[in-house]
Amino acid sequence: MKLGKYLLPLYGILALIYLMVPIVYTIAFSFNDSNRTNIIWNGFTLDNWLNVCDAQGVCEAFGNSIVIAVASTVVATVLGTAISIALVRYKFKGRAATTLLLFMPMATPEVVLGAGLAAQFLNAGVPKGMLTVILAHIMFCISFVVVTVRARVAGIDPKLEEAGRDLYAKPSQVWWKITFPLLLPGIVSAALLAFALSFDDFIITNSNRGAVNTLPSFIYMAAARGIPAEANVLASAVFILAILAVIITQVGGEINRRRLKASA
Amino acid sequence: MSLTAFSHGPSGVAVEPAAQKKSRMVWFLLLPGLVYLGLFFITPLISLVITAFKEAPPGAFIGEYVNAFRWENYTEVLSLYGEHSVRSFLYAGAATLIALAIGYPLAYFIGVRLRPYPLWQSLALVLVIAPFFISFLLRTVAWKQLLADEGFIVGTMKAWSILPPDAHITGTSISVIFGLAYNFIPFMTLPLYSSIERLDLRLLEAGKDLYAGPVTSFRKITVPLTMPGIISGTLLTFIPAAGDYVNASANFLGSTSTTMIGNVIEANFLVLQNYPHAASMSLILMSAILILVSAYVFKSGTDDLL
Repeated sequence: MKLGKYLLPLYGILALIYLMVPIVYTIAFSFNDSNRTNIIWNGFTLDNWLNVCDAQGVCEAFGNSIVIAVASTVVATVLGTAISIALVRYKFKGRAATTLLLFMPMATPEVVLGAGLAAQFLNAGVPKGMLTVILAHIMFCISFVVVTVRARVAGIDPKLEEAGRDLYAKPSQVWWKITFPLLLPGIVSAALLAFALSFDDFIITNSNRGAVNTLPSFIYMAAARGIPAEANVLASAVFILAILAVIITQVGGEINRRRLKASA
Repeated sequence: MSLTAFSHGPSGVAVEPAAQKKSRMVWFLLLPGLVYLGLFFITPLISLVITAFKEAPPGAFIGEYVNAFRWENYTEVLSLYGEHSVRSFLYAGAATLIALAIGYPLAYFIGVRLRPYPLWQSLALVLVIAPFFISFLLRTVAWKQLLADEGFIVGTMKAWSILPPDAHITGTSISVIFGLAYNFIPFMTLPLYSSIERLDLRLLEAGKDLYAGPVTSFRKITVPLTMPGIISGTLLTFIPAAGDYVNASANFLGSTSTTMIGNVIEANFLVLQNYPHAASMSLILMSAILILVSAYVFKSGTDDLL
């Protein structure tokens, strides 16, 4: 029993380290003084970070990825948040079908989603490009937004909204002054998740991008001849920003809760 | 589907659920999103069904097909790619088991042992979701280079005679399964965590009081109570793993002998431009997944799906 006490934490920490290994590797190799391929460690340099657009096409692909991720995140977050509120707060016919429809995109292999959309765009004669990629990304982000925001909606104490109404707040005031601020942490997490999913998506993107490159498709193509360190730089930079945002929302939320508990 | 760890709702604070109202307002909230999914999720599946029946007219160019009722597309892909399908399910199954073996203890550690330390708990969760924020392709390439023949890991294993001197890891089934397991561990761990986080430890104490050993209480109490997480995690790992084509691709962890269904669909769609074959292969994969999901829905209903 004593041994078991330390075995689990040890296993857990080892598992977390295992998850971190390729992340650390990717960030470390963004500082590699590599010339053609970025496989063997040649020594530390800041060159890749300072001249990140030197690798041909990488910055253009990165820009496309950002535009696609921002556009899909905004639309998917709005659509998904509305659905979450409906699911938690309202009674309606067809709830089981709605749940299933929201679940299925998460349960369908990406290669099938990608092929389906590609077949649809092909049959409809829509040329593949940025737009088709954004349309595809919104679709698979919606469900993940719903899953994330719904838990938050369920956690809001309806008495707070009632109190607002009792004090003669208009419905729009109840929404903007009470519900929305309480929902915001959930919406931010959902948006972060949607952004991450879109930014990193490769399989669905690849069948609908036509000649447009995103950062993942750039990396996939480059994998045949060697991925330039500049791709590591861009991925690492996004990682560091995203992880800071996640730590602020997750850990910040925890600290806030503690403070509330202490003052209560 | 219990990826709720992301929203980090107020855990442990019981909020009385709001009474559900009936109002036409609900359609204003639901319809835009549902119509979107109809247009870009349901109709693409219908497009796949139509495409899977198409045939090439006599003397057609590559990639030129007309509407038809060609069932042979299905029999052709099954005989051409049966081996790849079996391989996909075997690889995905093995990867799911490994992910469960790593993810369950990890989720238990975070959800139960770290429960008294909420700050550490949130930090550990951030580490679990961290892989989502750095390129999946670059992480896979990192493993390829770490597991390369001239790399440190394989070198050490050869020096300690764990591996014979002429052995490879990259390009084999082992490395593809390893890569799949690694890439989908967060999808396994997060649903497990949401189940385990809610586990009432007093039940385990009660088991102990009734002289249940640790193995018995794990089997009879912990596993049944965390079953929803186990099922969600298994589905969320197995499904994307079965359809993945990055890990198995020769430029990443695989070789020509590790080709999976995803690689076949990608090659038929984007390289060979054999759309009917790609579509019928996709539908075969999709129906296998649908069988899995309906087994789940029949057993547990739709309430806990999201």
